[in-house]
Amino acid sequence: MSDYLVQFNNISKFFGKVIALKDVTMKLRKGEIMCLLGDNGAGKSTLIKTLAGVHKPDEGEIIFEGEKIVFDSPKDALDIGIATVYQDLALVPLMSVTRNFFMGREPLKGPPFLKTFDIEKANKIAAERMGQIGIDVRDPSQAVGTMSGGERQCLAISRAIYFGAKVLVLDEPTSALGVHQASVVLKYIVKAASQGLAVILITHNVHHAYPVGNSFTVLNRGKSLGTYEKKDISREKLLSMMAGGEELDKLEVELKEMNRVSS
Amino acid sequence: MSTKSKSIESKTDFNQDERLKKVSNLKILLNRPELGALGGAILVFIFFGIVAGDTGMFSAYGILNFLDVSANLGIIAIAAAMLMIGGEFDLSIGSMIGFAGICIAIPAIYWGWPLWMSIIFAFSMAVLVGYFNGILVVRTGLPSFIVTLAMLFILRGATLAITRLITGRTQVPGLRVLIENDPIAWIFATDSFKWVFTWLGSMNLIALRTDGTPLATGIPPSVIWFIALAILTTWILMKTRYGNWIFASGGDKNGANNVGVPVGRVKISLFIGTAVAATIFATIQVLDAGSADTMRGTLKELEAIAAAVVGGCLLTGGYGSAIGAAFGAIIFGTVSMGIFYTDVDTDWFKVFLGAMMLIAVIFNNFIRRKVTESK
Repeated sequence: MSDYLVQFNNISKFFGKVIALKDVTMKLRKGEIMCLLGDNGAGKSTLIKTLAGVHKPDEGEIIFEGEKIVFDSPKDALDIGIATVYQDLALVPLMSVTRNFFMGREPLKGPPFLKTFDIEKANKIAAERMGQIGIDVRDPSQAVGTMSGGERQCLAISRAIYFGAKVLVLDEPTSALGVHQASVVLKYIVKAASQGLAVILITHNVHHAYPVGNSFTVLNRGKSLGTYEKKDISREKLLSMMAGGEELDKLEVELKEMNRVSS
Repeated sequence: MSTKSKSIESKTDFNQDERLKKVSNLKILLNRPELGALGGAILVFIFFGIVAGDTGMFSAYGILNFLDVSANLGIIAIAAAMLMIGGEFDLSIGSMIGFAGICIAIPAIYWGWPLWMSIIFAFSMAVLVGYFNGILVVRTGLPSFIVTLAMLFILRGATLAITRLITGRTQVPGLRVLIENDPIAWIFATDSFKWVFTWLGSMNLIALRTDGTPLATGIPPSVIWFIALAILTTWILMKTRYGNWIFASGGDKNGANNVGVPVGRVKISLFIGTAVAATIFATIQVLDAGSADTMRGTLKELEAIAAAVVGGCLLTGGYGSAIGAAFGAIIFGTVSMGIFYTDVDTDWFKVFLGAMMLIAVIFNNFIRRKVTESK
C-alpha cells in the first residue's frame, strides 16, 4: 500500500490510429495540488475525460485508495469521489444559484411518491457554502448569469466538494478570468486542498499554476515529459518545457543567424 | 432537518445583507416569465370589456364559450411549453390530435371495442408516438424541429390513409351513443358544477332556454382539464426534482448530463407529455362532437407553440413557465371568440396572433438579457 490517494499509471488512449495519450503517470496524495501543464493539443482534454470516466483508458490502470478501479461511466468516477469541473462548469445561466448548486442531486422532502424539492433547505445550504468561500450570494434565487466568472467557477468547485469529492479535477479554472478573479479562484483551490482534497489543476498558464502547485506534470503531444516537485523545477524551466523549449531555442539561434547575415 | 431553523435562516441571513438591495414585489414579478402573458390577458379582457361589454360575450354562456376554446388550446400549449423549457419542439401535436381521434373512433365504431378500451388504446398510441419522437431526437441528436416535422406528415398521412382504408371516408361519426354508461368517457365528456348553473338559472341570474333550463349547463370538461394541468405542471416545475431537471435539460444539455441529470429520459418524457396532451385534446373534442375527423388539429401545433412563446418560453429552452402558456392560450382563445362580438372582421384574428407573438418574442428576449446580465 502506498500513501497515494489516487494513482494513474501508464495511461494510454488511442483514437483509431491517433495516439492521444501515451504512458501518462500521475500520483497524488491527499492535500496535494498537482498541476497538469500543456499547450493546446497536448492531450489535456483527453486526459481529463479519462480521469472523469468519459473515456476508458486503452492501457494502464487507475488505483484509488489502494484499489484498482475501472470506470464505466462518468457516474462511476463521481461515485467514488473523483469530481471533474469542466471549463463550461455545467452551470445553467438562466437558473438560480440554488437550482444550479443542486442540479441533478436535489434534496427532497415529503412523503414517498410525493417528494418535493426542498428549496428552503437548498437555499440555505447554497448560501452557506458560498459564504464559506467568501462569496456573498446576495440572494440564492438569483440567476447564475448575474454572477462573475470567478464566482461561477467557485460555485462549481464548491458544489463538487459539497457532493463528496475527494479528488478534484479542474479544467482550466482560471483561463477566462481576469487577474483578480483568477487569484480568488486559486486561493479557494489552495483552501480546498488544505482541507484534505487532492486537486488536479489543468492549465496552460504557468503563472497561475506555479504559486499553488505542489508538483507539476508537463504534457506534450500526448506524452508526459515528467513530473517534478516544486523544489526541483523553476517557473522558467516549466515555461520552456511547455512551449517545446528546444524548438524555441532553435528558433532563437536561427533568428540570430539571420540577423548576422543581413547586417 | 428541523423546519424551524430553516425558516429563521432564510429570513435572517439573506435579508440582512446590506448589499442586497430591497427588491420590491413588483420587481420580483417583473422577473417572472409569465408576466407578459398575464399583462396581455388583462389587457385583452379590458379591451373586450369596453368594446363588447354589452354584447353577451361576458354572459355565463359567452364566458364558458371563450374559456372552452382557450382551455382546449391551453391543454396542448402547456405541454408544448414544458417541452420547450426542456429545450425541444414538437410539431407533431396537431397531427397527433387527428391520429388520436381515429384511434378512438375506429376501434369503437368498426371493431366493436367498448369506448373506454378505445380511449386507453389512443393514449397508449400517444405514449408510443411520444416515445418514438423522443428517442429519435435523443439518440440521433437531430434537431427536434426536423424530427417532429417528419412526424407531422407521417401521422397526418397515416391517419388519412388508415381511415379511408377501413371506413372509405375521412370522418367517423356515431360515437355519441357510446358515451353513456361508459366507465371512462365521462372524464372527458361531462360538464361540472351543473348545480351551480341550475341554481343561478333558478335565481334568474343567467340566461335560460325556453324550457327553463339554463343556457350554460356547466363547466366544460376542457376547462377542468386545463386548470388541473396548469396546476400540476406548475407544481412540477417549481417544486419537484423532475422540474429542476426540465430546466437543466433545456438550459444546458451537456452541463446537466455532467452533473447526473438523466437528460435523455427527461426529454423523452416531455415528448410523451405533448402527445398525451394532444390525445386529451382529441378525446374531449371527439366525444363532444360525437365524431372523429382526420383533419382535426391541423396547425394546432403552431398555435400551441405561439401560446407557449407568448407565455414566456424561450425558443432556446431552459426558461419559461406553464402558467404563462396557460395565459397565452387564454389570450388567443378570448380574442378568437371575442372578435365575433365586435365589428372587426374575423379575418384579422391571424394578424393579431402573429403580431402578439412578435411582441412576445421581443419582450422575452429583453427579459432574458435582464436576467442573465452581470451585475
